[in-house]
Parts: sequence; C-alpha cells; structure tokens
Amino acid sequence: MDNLLSIITFIPAVAAAILALFLRGDDAAAQRNAKWLALLATTATFLLSLFVLAGFDPADTGFQFVEEYDWILGLKYKMGVDGISVLFVMLTTFLMPLTIAACWDVEHRVKEYMIAFLLLETLMLGVFCALDLVLFYLFFEAGLIPMFLIIGIWGGKERIYAAFKFFLYTFLGSVLMLVAMIAMYMDAGTTDIPSLLAHNFGSEDMQVLGIHVVGGLQTLLWLAFFASFAVKMPMWPVHTWLPDAHVQAPTAGSVVLAAILLKMGGYGFLRFSLPMFPVASDLLAPLVLWMSAIAIVYTSLVALAQQDMKKLIAYSSVAHMGYVTMGIFSANQQGVDGAIFQMLSHGFISGALFLCVGVIYDRMHTREIDAYGGLVNRMPAYALIFMFFTMANVGLPGTSGFIGEFLTLMGVFQVNTWVAAIATTGVILSAAYALWLYRRVVMGELIKEALKSITDMTRREKAIFAPLVAMTLLLGVYPALVTDIIGPSVEALVTDYQAAIPADAGDTQLANN
Amino acid sequence: MTPQDFSTVLPEVVLALFAMGALMFGVYTSKDKVAPLISWATAGLFLALALWIGAGGEGERAAFGGMFIDDPFARFAKVTILISAAAVLIMSQDYMIRRDLLRFEYPILLALAVVGMMMMVSAGDLMALYLGLELQSLALYVVAAIRRDSVKSTEAGLKYFVLGALSSGILLYGASLTYGYAGTTLFSGILSTLEEGAPLGLLFGLVFMVAGLAFKISAAPFHMWTPDVYEGAPTPVTAFFATAPKVAAMALLARLSWDAFGAIPGDWSQVLAALAVVSMFLGALAAIGQRDIKRLMAYSSIAHMGYALVGLASGTAEGVQAMLVYMAIYVTMNVGTFAFILSMERDGRPVTSIDSLNSFAKAEPLKALAMLVLMFSLAGVPPMVGFFGKFYVLKAAVDADMAWLALAGAVASVIGAYYYLRIVFFMYFGKEADGMESRMAPAQWAMLVAVAVIMVAGIVNLFGIEPAAAIAAEALVR
Repeated sequence: MDNLLSIITFIPAVAAAILALFLRGDDAAAQRNAKWLALLATTATFLLSLFVLAGFDPADTGFQFVEEYDWILGLKYKMGVDGISVLFVMLTTFLMPLTIAACWDVEHRVKEYMIAFLLLETLMLGVFCALDLVLFYLFFEAGLIPMFLIIGIWGGKERIYAAFKFFLYTFLGSVLMLVAMIAMYMDAGTTDIPSLLAHNFGSEDMQVLGIHVVGGLQTLLWLAFFASFAVKMPMWPVHTWLPDAHVQAPTAGSVVLAAILLKMGGYGFLRFSLPMFPVASDLLAPLVLWMSAIAIVYTSLVALAQQDMKKLIAYSSVAHMGYVTMGIFSANQQGVDGAIFQMLSHGFISGALFLCVGVIYDRMHTREIDAYGGLVNRMPAYALIFMFFTMANVGLPGTSGFIGEFLTLMGVFQVNTWVAAIATTGVILSAAYALWLYRRVVMGELIKEALKSITDMTRREKAIFAPLVAMTLLLGVYPALVTDIIGPSVEALVTDYQAAIPADAGDTQLANN
Repeated sequence: MTPQDFSTVLPEVVLALFAMGALMFGVYTSKDKVAPLISWATAGLFLALALWIGAGGEGERAAFGGMFIDDPFARFAKVTILISAAAVLIMSQDYMIRRDLLRFEYPILLALAVVGMMMMVSAGDLMALYLGLELQSLALYVVAAIRRDSVKSTEAGLKYFVLGALSSGILLYGASLTYGYAGTTLFSGILSTLEEGAPLGLLFGLVFMVAGLAFKISAAPFHMWTPDVYEGAPTPVTAFFATAPKVAAMALLARLSWDAFGAIPGDWSQVLAALAVVSMFLGALAAIGQRDIKRLMAYSSIAHMGYALVGLASGTAEGVQAMLVYMAIYVTMNVGTFAFILSMERDGRPVTSIDSLNSFAKAEPLKALAMLVLMFSLAGVPPMVGFFGKFYVLKAAVDADMAWLALAGAVASVIGAYYYLRIVFFMYFGKEADGMESRMAPAQWAMLVAVAVIMVAGIVNLFGIEPAAAIAAEALVR
C-alpha cells in the first residue's frame, strides 16, 4: 500500500466525520454506537500501523513510506516516517484505543467527545508523519482545537480558565515558530523537511536591531522553535499551563495530553532544532541542560507539596520531560536514545497513572489526596497496579522508566557532569513524592466512611491496564526492542550534528550563555 | 468616447442603468411591495456580472484616455465585490422583511454603491478615483441610516457621513497637492513624474491620500467611526459594510500605491506598515472588552485590514497577491459570520450581545459547529482557510525583508485569538441562561454552512483563487 501513512492518519478523521454526519440522537443506543465506532476506528488504525512497523527497515536512516503530492502555494503534501518518528506513531495508535475504552462511562455529549478524540488522533499522527514544514505546522496547531474543546466542555470546575490558558500559551509559542518557518523557507527555498535537514542555515554572527547575535540566523530560528516546543514540552519556567490543563481535563484528555501531546515538543526538538540548527543547538545547549536540571529538581519539590493527585502527576510529568530535554541536548547516542526511550516509556507510565487517578475519581468524584486512604483494603487489584506504575514512575530497574532515566543521565554525564549530578537527585525526589502519594492514598487503615463501599476495578478497567503493564515491563527488560529501531536514525542524527558544529565546540560548551 | 471605451465600461453602465431603471420601476409601481423582486433582481444581476467579468476579458484595456483601466487586478476585485454583495443581499432579505425594513431603495442604493466600487478598483486617474469613491460613499451614508425611526441608525448614518466627508476632504487635499506637483491627474502621468525624482509635495500628497483611504478601510488610527457605525446600522447593512466596500477601498489603495506611486514603493510601504501594525494591535486589544458581537466584528475587521495591509506594505507582487487572497478569504468568512449574526434573536427581537450565545451549542449543534469553524478561521488557526490568509501575508512580509512586521502580525494574532475563542466559549461552555434562538431563513442557513464547509475544504487548493490572484497581482505590479 503506497498511501499507508495517509490511510492510518485519516481513518480516525473519517470515523469522526461519519459520527458527525450520520449519527443522530443522543439516547443510550446512539451513545453506544458512537463509542463502538470510535473504538473500532482506533483499533483499526492500530492494527494497520503494525504494518508500518513490520515493513519498517531500521537500517535505513532515511524516510520510509514516503508519499508526496502537490498542494497550494508550492507546498507539498508529504508524509513519511524514519526511525525517530515511527515509534511515536506507534505510541499514538497504541494508546488511542485504550483512551477511548477509558472514557466508556462518559455520559455528557458522548458523540462530540468521541469526535474530538478521533480528530485529535488524526492530528497527532499527522504531526509525526508530516514531511513538509507547513503541513507539520498545520497538524501541530490544529491539535489545539479539539484539546481546547475537550478541556473546556468535559473538564472540571475551573475548566474555562484552564482551556484558555492552554490555548493561548501554546498558540503564542506556535506563531513564533510559524514566522521562523517562513524565514526558513526564504533561506532554503523549500519547505520539504528532508531537504531542509540537508540545508545549511547560516550561522555567521549578525546584528539584529543593534544586538549582536552569536550564531546568526540559526540562533534566531532556534529560539523561535524553542518558544514553541518548550511550551509544548513543557519546560520550566513555561510549564505552568500544564498542571492547570491536566487538573481540569477529563481523564482521557489527561492521558492523551501527557502521553502523546507532550511528546510533540520532544519530537520537534529532534526533528528541527537539533539537526537543522546544530550550531545554535550547540551554543544554547548549556542553557537547555540547566533549565532541565532546574525543572527536574524544582518541579519534583513542587510535586511533593501537592494536595491534588492529578496536579502531583502533572508536576511529575514536567520533571520527567526534564530528562528528555536534557537527553536530547546532550546530543550523543545515549542521550538521544534515552530521550526517545523516556518519551515512549513516559507515554505508557503517565498515561497509566492518570488512568489510575481516573479509576478512583470515577468512584469518589474527588482528586484530593486527603479524601483517600487505605484503599488497599477494598481494592487489592487497584493497589497492585497503582504500585506497579508508581514504581515505574520512580524508575525502578526492570521497568521502562529506569532505562529512560539511566540512558539520559549517562548521556548528559559525558557533556556536563554537574547537570547530571543535580538531575540525579531528581530520581530520589521522584521516589519521595510518588511513594508518599501511594502511602497516603492506598496504604493504612480504611477509616473514611465514604470509602467503605468503594469497589475494586472492573474487568474493563483491568483490560485497559493490561497492555500498559505489559509494555512497561517489556521495554524495561528488553529495551533493545526500541533501541534497535531508533538506533541507526539516532546515530545518523548525532553524527551529522557532531560534524556540523564548530571544532572548538568544547569551549563554547563551557562558556555558558 | 469611442465604441472601444464603451465596451470596456459596459458592466458598470449596465449596472448603473439597471439601478436607474429599477428606481423608476419602484417609484411608478407599488413601491415597497416590489422591494423583494428588485432585491432578487439586483442580486441576480450582481452574480451575472461577476460571471461575465470573471469569465470574459483577457489582458488589459484602458478607456477614456487611461482614466478607466480594466485589467486582471480590477477583474479579481470586481468579482470579489460582486459576489460578496450578492451574498449579503440575498441573506439579508428575510431579516429586512421581518423587521419591516425592506424599502425598495435599499437594493438600488447597494447597486449604486457597487457601481462606485467597480469604478474605484478600475480608476486610472485621480478624478475617476474620487468619482467612484464618492458614489460609493454617498450610497452607503444613506444605507447606514435606512432605519429612519431608530436613533442609533440615524446616529450611525450621521457619524459615517461626517467622518466620511472629512476623509474625502483629506483625500481631495492630497489629490490637489499631487496634481499641483505632477501637473496631471492621470496615474500614469504621476508615475512618470516620480520616475524623474520625487518632489516633497508629491510625498505629502501621497500621505494625505493614504490617510483618506485608511478611513475607508477603517485602518487604525483612522478607525474611530467603525465600531459605532457597525453597531448602529441595521445588521444587514453592517454585513455589507464589512465586506464589499472593504475590498474596493483596499484594491483602490493598492492601485494608487502601484499605478501612481509605484516608483517609490519604499516610501509608502513604511506608511502602510505603520498603519498595519497599529491596526492589528488595536483591533486585537480593543475587541477583548466588547460585549456586543457587532462591535466585536468591527474591531475584528480593523485587525483584518491590518493583516491585508501587511501584504500591501511588503511592496512586492507577492504582497499584492497575498493581500488579494487575504481579502477574498476575509470577505467569505464575514459573509458566513454575519449570516449567523442576522439570525440571532430573542422573542422575535434581534439581539447582539455575546452572552446571549450562552450554551447555544446544546440547542443548535450544527450552527454552533459552523460558527466554531468560522471563529477559528477568523483567528487564523489551521487547518481552517483563515490560516492560509495569514500565512500568505506573513510570508510576503518575510519575503520582503520585513520580518519584524511578520513577527508583529504573529503576536497580534495570538491576542486576537482570545476574543474569537470567547465566542466559542460562550457557545460551548457557557452557563445555561436565557439564551437566544437562531431563526434562519434557508438562504442564511445555506450561506453559513457553505462558508463553514469552504473554510475546511479550502485547505485542498483554496478553490483556485491563488493563481487568479497571482495573475491579478502581476498585472498591477510591473
């Protein structure tokens, strides 16, 4: 099949269109149909995406499954995947059916809810597959619309504020990126991503409005892209939209946000910042490394003080994304491998943790940590699964969380020992907040009246967690599953990067910006 | 006047004769009873003329010694004007009848205004420019005050008239200065004078004329009349103000800049860039506090004019093309949005406050969805077509080495996104309150849905307006 990627990308959109146009009414039967159709579409997408994985040749570092058509304004509709993006596509298609299954109990405007998630899947897949700058931007930006609605319509009490904050924060970052993209087009004469990867953007120092810019055009472009991806990631200090959005989003929204949407930032760094602007990346890497280190320690401390479970996990996400940015900008094989690994693993773990919160939220309708305690007495299965993912979040060896953190720390240690040392304390802090959360919610005596009749997980809930547990364990004990696929592409990326940066790289690394 | 001249201006002549004939017909028959008939006939003629102008005509012709120019640029603008005028006329029919506003003069005045606009975009001479502009403006002053018994409508008409007259005065002053220094009123003559060197007087003339036209397109800081007139005038009239006249004035500005002052693009592009930046930010910031959707759309149009000016300010053919594409998209979006605003009512009375949209999506999911698409398109969020409009102008600006202008536009679009989102917010997340009904005539419904579909489907190839705009831009910028 020549158009496999397009087919995968647009199946959910087609399903959404069918729901929007042909499904009438809002009774129980219509709701059930909407859910089943959404589940069917996402599962079909997943199964088809397995063909991509099967047909993918890891040894080839170029783009595969490429399809290309003319579009307006000399732009191209061009899709394709390489070793870096293919696993993000898999992550998305893998998680979406679980997400749909997780919102089976939604009763409020079910049809629209399913449409929003299906559209979101199309747009997320588009981001990872797009090989044209403007096409990428299109998918990247458009994802804001369904997410804005998901938070705004189905969210918690403060949902309006959170939805606006989410939208405007990310929109601001993105439009700066748009201007940078236009500038890139002017410089390189193309918006084709593979061609841009081969293009050398100017890195001679220049004067802009009287300010001396080291690294010239590359630095300016890098900063514009950084504005977008750092917000998306999110990196300290522009992470403040994330806890608000997470707390207010419905469970499934949180899962998608944490597990997939955040990865777009990291993917962007890997696709654009690092390979296209190597000189600027090299120049500004110390800044990113230190920001990451601060993010890890600071947000872990903030997580310790949270009273709201979702907020705690949201801050923990920011901390874990800190490892990712750190790994990416250490720009060596271990670091970048680790960053990708960490993103995938965080996709499973954070998704599962938000689902864990969702399980008890559905029963008690509160996320306050103080409202719980001693759940193990009534919910043994839940306690076990929550324990497993808490440990994975902490980075226990044997789970995928460990591999990601270890590889990124190893990568950054070779570049900047101090940052590595500080970041390592994050591992301890994460153990502190995660285990403390677990103790307060699950352990102890069951003394709260309201909890006395709480029921354990249903079969459906267990079925949702099973694949997540399996993946977390599998990647934890056999990481080569991932590294074999991403390895050659990352190696090519790192080699090109090291070749492109000036020879006196060591000095500029030390001269902190 | 040679037969050649006559055939060049034939569409305008046909429309003017039709307007006069319809006037006679209306006066000597049953007056307002024939109003719907005249209204439909006018809309039909608009569409027929659009088809005629769009399909026929190749290359470039000048009539009356260069006073009237018929080139691809004029044709592009004329087709846009005619189609949008027809759309507005058709969708406001129902509203006017139910509110007892449909006087038979209304479609005739619009027809005369459109004749003026068609002259404006074809002007090749300062006299022709002024004639077209005044014909358009006079017709619009009357239309703004068409609800004679309403204080607000008369106030709107008066305000529009006084400020419009002032701007015409400024424009005339600039024109007289230009004539004094160039010794001719022909654009081509001014151009050849400038090619030998630019006397200071001509630059002053240019600045005054640009200021006069900035009034007409409601670019800040000459925008003061816009919110009041938009709010005060009956909604169909507002819908008309927001569409066709904007295209005409913007096209006229482009024509004046290139045909008459094309030798010194550096000089006017600074002025236009300044207007663009102020308009974009003022439009975006001032709209935030608005509670009335018509006032909000007024500020929105100010901001959108700012973006179109960004294209023009680039001073390149690509910029003109971007401006034309932007205007076409802008007009389409506004037709759809106003089709919805026309239908907003409570207990049979029109409402325009934004809070009345509360939880509208529950009552009417389809219309709410269409509005959602339009609002995101107006905000310039991909994948809606509105994004491509912004993309074109920003690209033109970066291409012309004005990255700062593109950056300003980008930042302003984020601020602007907020108030469009607020409309979506009221419709989708608003509290249950005494909402409004949306009583739509089939024409309005069709318009709203069609525009929403265009906004999404246009992503495929923008319906081919891009090459047409490219030809038009190349005809203007030589």
